Amino acid sequence: MAALRRPPRIRVPGPIQWMHENLFSSAFNSVLTLVAAFLIYQTVVPFVQWAFIDAAWSGNSRDACLTFEDGACWPFIIERSGQIVYGFYDVAERWRVDVVFIILGLGLAWLTVPGTPGKIYVGALMVAVFPIVAFVLLVGGFGLVHVPIEKWGGLLITLVVAVTGIVVSLPLGIVLALGRRSDLPVVKGLCVAFIELWRGVPLITVLFMSANMLPLFMPDGMTINKLLSALIAVALFSSAYMAEVVRGGLQAISKGQYEAAAAVGLGYWRSMAFVILPQALRLSLPNIVGNFIGLLKDTSLVSIIGFYDLLGIVQAGNADAEWATPNTAMTGYVFAGALFWVMCFSMSRYAKALEDNLQAGERR
Amino acid sequence: MTVDLKTGAAVEIIGLNKWFKTFQALRDINLTVLRGERLVICGPSGSGKSTLIRCINGLERHQEGRVIVEGAELTGEVGKIDVVRANVGMVFQQFNLFPHLTVLENCTLAPMWVKHLPKKEAEALAMQYLERVHIPEQASKYPGQLSGGQQQRVAIARALTMQPRIMLFDEPTSALDPEMIKEVLETMVELAGTGMTMLVVTHEMGFARTVANRIVFMDVGEIVEVAAPDDFFNNPKSARTKEFLAQILR
Repeated sequence: MAALRRPPRIRVPGPIQWMHENLFSSAFNSVLTLVAAFLIYQTVVPFVQWAFIDAAWSGNSRDACLTFEDGACWPFIIERSGQIVYGFYDVAERWRVDVVFIILGLGLAWLTVPGTPGKIYVGALMVAVFPIVAFVLLVGGFGLVHVPIEKWGGLLITLVVAVTGIVVSLPLGIVLALGRRSDLPVVKGLCVAFIELWRGVPLITVLFMSANMLPLFMPDGMTINKLLSALIAVALFSSAYMAEVVRGGLQAISKGQYEAAAAVGLGYWRSMAFVILPQALRLSLPNIVGNFIGLLKDTSLVSIIGFYDLLGIVQAGNADAEWATPNTAMTGYVFAGALFWVMCFSMSRYAKALEDNLQAGERR
Repeated sequence: MTVDLKTGAAVEIIGLNKWFKTFQALRDINLTVLRGERLVICGPSGSGKSTLIRCINGLERHQEGRVIVEGAELTGEVGKIDVVRANVGMVFQQFNLFPHLTVLENCTLAPMWVKHLPKKEAEALAMQYLERVHIPEQASKYPGQLSGGQQQRVAIARALTMQPRIMLFDEPTSALDPEMIKEVLETMVELAGTGMTMLVVTHEMGFARTVANRIVFMDVGEIVEVAAPDDFFNNPKSARTKEFLAQILR
């Protein structure tokens, strides 16, 4: 028998050789490389120049920015940072929003950092208790001054809408997906109708209807909170999409898994809870997070029904004559875009880490 | 192997007919399996062997006739099927282990959530059966890390942890590499030694010859012949059985 050998050592190419192999391997590739390098140079360099090097960084009025004609106007962002985070929330009460943000941040960190104990309990607290605490803190009551939702705005509104949508849409989407695959014709019909109804309507339309038409259907004297109706609309809308994502995962599970679960005596709900859904959700994880990211970005649409979300409040600031400079609007949009990007990219990275982690566990 | 038949029928099938849409998969099946009996069901593919044993634990619904398992009849009634399934274990051709659970968790899931055993007890029970299939050292691995033969033995242990009175095997070795067939068959022979009622759909004629009390030969949805192994292999009565044996025992 031949002796067992170690695998041959992998040759590590030097930088020049690497460039030759990867960037200039043929005449055509060399041209592509040069064109790409030129395009990157043409876009990235001016942007860095505008955003950092030529930008105004300090000052407290537009005059500070007017002297930097070709650069971003960061003093505008710094001065408006309170509004960007809290909207028009009473300054004296902003600590309440901070507390909600801190609890949310700690809760998420606890749930996402691997190895922390008691994830199930923390998760249950975050889903069952946190919304109530957050509601009381944000709205008022129990001795806290009432802050009407008309004053909410900025990151606060964006996160309230996104987190509500995310927290509601996953469980509701799962229920709808199971319903759509049900053998009971009535359940199946209702779920299909619900899903197709919401998927067939643009979110803008849904939001307009929630803001303008819903009150018309309400009995006289009864008003519905505008934010609440928008939250319900967003949650139901995203549930319909989530249902289709989860259904895709359910369909990928082989018939044998359903049969094996049935054969050991697990009924429908226990089969779903312990055998089918854990596998289906794992498979749909990339798409679920994709939906969450889409939802977070779609929250900017609430600006059209009169809420000043992260984007809306930046836009409102742009119109402020006191800060009118050639670069104010651009600075605002770049900042809002960067904030959205950081939030979405974090979710995306976390999902990737989670996926790798789950795969490492199973080593399939 | 000695025959130790306890009194009474484990499975009674009377006038069973089953259709898939308009295709008739089973025709007028009458079969009684005694307690402790080891029945091998064979026949060409598409002859209805798998469908027949899947009717016994309700994975397939029959349209006509009666299926009575340990005194409980499988009717359309909700709840009846759970009573039957509590008595019947099943082993599949493709193992169908739960890939997201460890070997031990595969074996404790049903005892914990169907029989409501405490976790410690369920684990002790599972280890006992994993030892019986000679695989206790793999308890903390995931199914994907095991060979096909090991997976199928875990599947047998998983079914046994529910302490069924009847075990159904649906071509348990058909998806295995030749060198792994032996370890699974040996496990099944050991199980037969414990007096378990077994219905085995298989092409392993060596197993049929040594372990079965009776062999059932099926073709196009019918039971063609039921015979003791000696008679079945040496004096097959029907022409179709002879033809099948000629092909399979070349």
